[in-house]
Amino acid sequence: MAKTIEEINEKIRQGKAVVVTAEEIIGMAKDKGVTKAAEEVDVVTTGTFGPMCSSGTYLNIGHSKPRIKLGGGRVYLNDVPAYTGFAAVDLYIGANALPDDDPRNRIYPGEFNYGGGHVIEELVARKDVRLVASAYGTDCYPRKRLETWINIKDLNDAVLFNPRNSSQNYTVAVNLSDKTIYTYMGVLKPDLGNANYCSAGQLSPLLNDPYYKTIGIGTKIFLGGGIGYVAWQGTQHNPNAPRTGNGVPREGAGTLAVIGDLKQMKPRWLIGTSMLGYGCTLTVGIGVAIPVLSEEILRYTTVSDDGILAPVVDYSEVYPQLRPDTLGEVSYAQLKSGKIIVKGKEVPTASLSSYSRAVEIAAILKEWILSGKFLLTEPVAPLPTVGSDIVLKPLKERPIEE
Amino acid sequence: MAVSKRIVLHFPKRLVERPIVSRLVKEYNLDFNILKASVTPDEEGLMVLELSGKQADYDRGIRYLAETGVRIQSLSQDVTRNEERCTHCGACITICPTGAFELDFATRRVDFYGDKCLACGLCIKACPPRAMELHF
Repeated sequence: MAKTIEEINEKIRQGKAVVVTAEEIIGMAKDKGVTKAAEEVDVVTTGTFGPMCSSGTYLNIGHSKPRIKLGGGRVYLNDVPAYTGFAAVDLYIGANALPDDDPRNRIYPGEFNYGGGHVIEELVARKDVRLVASAYGTDCYPRKRLETWINIKDLNDAVLFNPRNSSQNYTVAVNLSDKTIYTYMGVLKPDLGNANYCSAGQLSPLLNDPYYKTIGIGTKIFLGGGIGYVAWQGTQHNPNAPRTGNGVPREGAGTLAVIGDLKQMKPRWLIGTSMLGYGCTLTVGIGVAIPVLSEEILRYTTVSDDGILAPVVDYSEVYPQLRPDTLGEVSYAQLKSGKIIVKGKEVPTASLSSYSRAVEIAAILKEWILSGKFLLTEPVAPLPTVGSDIVLKPLKERPIEE
Repeated sequence: MAVSKRIVLHFPKRLVERPIVSRLVKEYNLDFNILKASVTPDEEGLMVLELSGKQADYDRGIRYLAETGVRIQSLSQDVTRNEERCTHCGACITICPTGAFELDFATRRVDFYGDKCLACGLCIKACPPRAMELHF
């Protein structure tokens, strides 16, 4: 029954494709069996909506008259510093960037109310952003100062380019110490007061294609409410992480680097985010459509929350000290029930990733495909998978002797 | 008729050192339970009270507070959720000490029950998209 992407696209063009979400396929495969479901279904859509720190946007603001060379100078967007190590008017603003005068954690825990992620949200929302720049001046770029409002609609380019998004799986964070801690996994109350997790579980893109058999470089995706593409494997992509029998990683494994035109994205799907005591980030919406090329690929999409495990890790001591020990494993079904058991204690759970928004993304992507405006893509090259020579390494520190 | 209401009292600087709440007990037959208080000499004071008694006494007590110069707010209006910004992630659920946020297991959306809220403010900064707002 093997299908090709071109055959599926032809059905999409004719309005005959059968598209279901990664949530809907679970029940469908139970009712009809995997073989029948694989014959009937052409595409399974996925979605995830959570804070993704390794995100940012590059901009080309156009040349001023007289010209200014921002490369090697300093640029602030709404007081948040942008990276200027490129050519004259190209900039990059990262989601974690903070204004120079933000108190950070000097007043603990820092509030981190505004940073790079918020600038990106305001750009997407078509709000004016204040650019203040200083440069050293050259014969061909004589200007040394620039203060101006910019708006995304006037820029030559505004491109979301995120080096690491859409983690395949993630640790569950708890706190074994006797004081509250403030982490990128949220506020963690003392003595196992709560457990925070961050994954859409059964709806998450890479959990539905665990070996990256359909998702590869060049795959067209839902990104920030518009169209984007998988640019590369994300940083720290680690396909050789331990897996369960169904191929699903039991901890962080694959990741995606994604890219797309920010001008066609929407602020509902790119939200400036503040993690108390930790910093600023960007909450990103991503959805991937999985072509059902074979029964095997459909079987992967039937993964459900009870079949996905995540390790529970102490963030007061074990995580900061880069120690390997965990407090056991729990399933996303347990996490989503509102409580898990850790060291014999009942611990209430909370999510940082919005499952209801992930459902919405998978539904939007499904609608785009059903209406014929989103065709599937053949990857240009595959992502490294199990058996590749990738080993996730800690930093090899070598003291610098003067 | 008996009533029990949660209110927020704002004391201007000049009133901070005067006994005011105690008179609600002595002269107006009201019971109070302090849910939160921040009273420092020379600064505006804030107190969150649960006030109970007969409706007529309650109304007279509130009139007395207002006449003294204390600004009074109903607690339910104090913390609100900006529905535009809330992503229904759920980070607030385990932060709230009174369980004012509940996950709807069918929709996976987070419901906010304002009547359970004590206006402690813990959720305000713990909310990643900053959807919870404190109004004074």
